[in-house]
Amino acid sequence: MSETKEHRKPKEYINPYLGGVLLGLVLLTTIYITGRGLGASGAVKSAVVATVDVVATEHAHNSPYMGQFLSDDEGPMNNWLVFEVLGVIVGAFISGTFAGRLKLTVEHQPKITSKTRLIFAGLGGLLFGIGTQFGRGCTSGTALSGMATLSLAGFIAMLSIFGTAFLLAYFFRKLWI
Amino acid sequence: MGPLVTQGIIDPAWNNLIALLVGMAFGFILESSGFSSSRKLAGVFYGYDFVVLKVFFTAAITAALGLLLMSSIGMIDLSKIFINPTFLGPGIVGGIIMGFGFIMGGYCPGTSFCGAAIGKIDAIIFTLGMFVGILIFSELFPLYSDFFTSGAMGNILVTDVLGIPAGLFVLLLTIVAVGAFYVTGIIEKRVNNPKS
Repeated sequence: MSETKEHRKPKEYINPYLGGVLLGLVLLTTIYITGRGLGASGAVKSAVVATVDVVATEHAHNSPYMGQFLSDDEGPMNNWLVFEVLGVIVGAFISGTFAGRLKLTVEHQPKITSKTRLIFAGLGGLLFGIGTQFGRGCTSGTALSGMATLSLAGFIAMLSIFGTAFLLAYFFRKLWI
Repeated sequence: MGPLVTQGIIDPAWNNLIALLVGMAFGFILESSGFSSSRKLAGVFYGYDFVVLKVFFTAAITAALGLLLMSSIGMIDLSKIFINPTFLGPGIVGGIIMGFGFIMGGYCPGTSFCGAAIGKIDAIIFTLGMFVGILIFSELFPLYSDFFTSGAMGNILVTDVLGIPAGLFVLLLTIVAVGAFYVTGIIEKRVNNPKS
């Protein structure tokens, strides 16, 4: 009589409308306290600026783009968004731990290889990074927070990001379905 | 009256701690809603999972309604909050490039941090890609520095452009969202349980 212990199934995700209301309340609270919304890509920019500042200080200070984000009294990592994103990672880790979703894995649909998934994840990240700089923020800082404050920039970002992805969905369908 | 830090009611020294706590709540909710999975996020583009639309729209409307309500009872001074500045051309071009990144990579920046936090290697690679992308943008900046500041419209609101009151706009947005939730619910069912 061999009884195999079943793997503990990960918990289900919460109701998306509940998630949306909670996220909206966090965003609202953030604006109420700090006067600004949430963000994400800005922290990566700070990391880029900080890294270049360490490995090629002169180059960073002379750079017409990066130079703007360097000051003499404060390091580029001492920044609201850097702390917020550290919080995001901790919060997601806690949620994933409680829900039994912690797993080192490459997530992809069965019809493609892990290698393909990783190549496109890298390329996608690269493009997203470039896009965030032209767009002055990403889905969090410009689209979501921008829409909440009714800024035109927020609606432009939302429509152009999701509109483009919808138009391209057919051409990249093999990656996902 | 808010915003508390801007108005000097809370000392800015608390800023980083507030950022950490706010971020934790943000990350916890994103992960609990399934935003740590690229396959779940990409579902919105193929009709098998509309979680992105549901969470994103609900959150934006909740916060927008909350701001209007808090402003009407004098809890927050809306003239003191940050309004993302609009640069028309760069905003659209940036959004298009991000759209390419989204459909290829399956994540956006915030969600890739959530995926990375629970061990998704593809999400870690996505964040490294972002790092490289921002570096490339910065290195090539002189090529498009003029374009980058073009189309400046200032801290303009969508309601300024449309010429309608904020309350009416948020009401219309809510109606559109509820309609979208209903229609996408039907699509989701058909895509996931196709009748032969």
